[in-house]
Amino acid sequence: MDAIFVFEQLLNGLGYGLMLFLIAAGLTLVFGIMDTMNLAHGSLYMAGAYVAARVHEASGMFVLAVAAAALVTVAVAALLEVLVIRRLYRRDHLVQVLATFGIILIADDVVKAIWGVAPLMASTPAVLAGPVQLAEGLPYPSYRLLLIGAGLLVALGLYLLVNRTRIGMLVRAGASNRQMAEFMGVRVGTVFAFVFALGAALAALAGALMAPISSVQIGMGEAILIPALVVIVIGGIGSIRGAFVAALLVGLVDTAGRAFLPPALRAVLPPAVAADLGPALAGIAMYVLMAAVLTLKPAGLFPARA
Amino acid sequence: MPQMKNLAAILALCAAATVHAADIKVGIALDISGPFSALGAEARDGFELAIEKLGGKLGGQPAEFLRTDFGGSPEQANQLVARYLQRDKIDFFTGPIGSNAALAVGPALFAARVPYLSSNPGPSAYAGDKCNPYFFAQYQNDTYDEAAGKVANEKGYRNVVLIAPNYPAGKDHLNGFKRLYEGAVKDEIYTRLGQIDYAAEIAQIRAAKPDAVFFFLPGAMGINFVKQFVGGGLKDVPLIAPGFSADEDVIQAVGEPMVGVLNTAHWTHDLPGEANAEFVAAFRKKYDGRYPSVYAAMAYDTLMAMDAAVRDAGGKVDDREAVLKALKKPSFKSVRGDFVYGANNYPVQNYYLREVGKDAEGRLTNKLVGITLEKHQDAYVGACRM
Repeated sequence: MDAIFVFEQLLNGLGYGLMLFLIAAGLTLVFGIMDTMNLAHGSLYMAGAYVAARVHEASGMFVLAVAAAALVTVAVAALLEVLVIRRLYRRDHLVQVLATFGIILIADDVVKAIWGVAPLMASTPAVLAGPVQLAEGLPYPSYRLLLIGAGLLVALGLYLLVNRTRIGMLVRAGASNRQMAEFMGVRVGTVFAFVFALGAALAALAGALMAPISSVQIGMGEAILIPALVVIVIGGIGSIRGAFVAALLVGLVDTAGRAFLPPALRAVLPPAVAADLGPALAGIAMYVLMAAVLTLKPAGLFPARA
Repeated sequence: MPQMKNLAAILALCAAATVHAADIKVGIALDISGPFSALGAEARDGFELAIEKLGGKLGGQPAEFLRTDFGGSPEQANQLVARYLQRDKIDFFTGPIGSNAALAVGPALFAARVPYLSSNPGPSAYAGDKCNPYFFAQYQNDTYDEAAGKVANEKGYRNVVLIAPNYPAGKDHLNGFKRLYEGAVKDEIYTRLGQIDYAAEIAQIRAAKPDAVFFFLPGAMGINFVKQFVGGGLKDVPLIAPGFSADEDVIQAVGEPMVGVLNTAHWTHDLPGEANAEFVAAFRKKYDGRYPSVYAAMAYDTLMAMDAAVRDAGGKVDDREAVLKALKKPSFKSVRGDFVYGANNYPVQNYYLREVGKDAEGRLTNKLVGITLEKHQDAYVGACRM
């Protein structure tokens, strides 16, 4: 196991972690500020991926595809907020979970009706299909570098937005103490709508960027929702900083589990047993991480509410 | 007299139902969503073409072809088969793409004495100690890879990395490769079924520096693997595969990087033979000139086998002994050419080497190179007591 192999896996983990962050950021804000459990967040991710894949296929322009995905998804999210989510803010969590789970089922069937059951094959933009020589003996897919770059850029932008702007201040105020913010005259409804749209745009961006390296298919939203929930629980609900750190942790642990565990097991166990055990253990690595973090810090790494 | 009217209506319905029940019923489990969706869509097109050619009949008798998607999930396949057996009382079953689904539904079908003609998977379990007179295979999973192992020897690859999804067929395929391959296996990687991101595995392959990579990754898995393999700068490492990782679905989606990929199969669209020429021409006419894949060919062949068996059994599908006898000695012309069934109902047949290249119109497709294994039988037949 040489240094290049380890470094390449670190990059892979970083890329996956940043994409998880894009999804988890929206989820944690909605949950933290509005105290609303929105399981349909994964469906917005799916919508972004489908729109991007189709627009990219039709126009051949990747940037246009990503922009279209964000716009369409924000429009869908706005509709969703007005029709359903707005009515759920003051209800208890069970009602929210039931209602948004219902939205998942409807969203999956709507996607099925529009695009059919077969997964779409999204392609990487042609200029980014090849590798970049990062170091001697390490060609790295250029598209994955784009993911890392875009992820870092968005994370920085989000940090500035939340910590350096007026709307960000309102968002933070809402997250740490909603009632007090209301007393101080913050138009919480407007902030809610803004946060919901922002979360949707981030989810769509993640969907659009992930489309070429994942399968654009029905149910992809549910599959990504689980690691995203793990991220916000580890990071502390409502905290952007927590989501960022936790997403990188989960990304690295998940990739490391997949990359290092199976070869290690093969060294001590027969290949057939290792083949069954390796992926299973790799799959639970992030839950072990969550359990460990929650044992030490029950409110997550960076709880938004002190 | 409203009651009388109702009664009449019920009687009419019953009469309609009995007329309906006289049809031969074929339960087809379509696999058009889930991990094998691209393969399932190919198989569906093959079934549709066969149903059209047969005029919706089997052995000249009216038949009903029930088609339901089960999304590649063994659990859903089980429910679907229970419904086919209990409500629809099917006479034949076919369809699943995955070996995991085939293994899940087999016991219920065998217990109900319904012949299951596999239109794709040939799991090792049904070839060996769990063989059953009601199961008929198109090939045994390992055999494709035994051929590929022989090709790897001939090409002089001294060490290889193997990669396959972690499910029954994945293990069969890698075992098959190792059976005839004489070089060293540097690494044996099992991935999650339906995995799309192969970054971690590609890094492992790069670190292992093999002469060649043998990959069994059907459908979307193979498409993503080859794209990421090339994107990761490994395009100089030769790829070798069973036909499933390099069939029309993968070739068209991946494009140029597929050129030169060696793969093995028991059928190919340019295989000489009248039945095959007729099938390929009809398929290309119906589906905008695209070449059929091995899944479409097997689906088509499966219904042709049912058609011949019903005719040979004198149309009495309820006489299962006669149907099985007819199935075992197929009288139809298979698109793959001549074959016979071994004692375990798995065929003894030729396996061919194909190479991805361009046809006369510049379209990327598989081309027949030659025979790799002649009249080849699977390794498990000895364990079958039937």
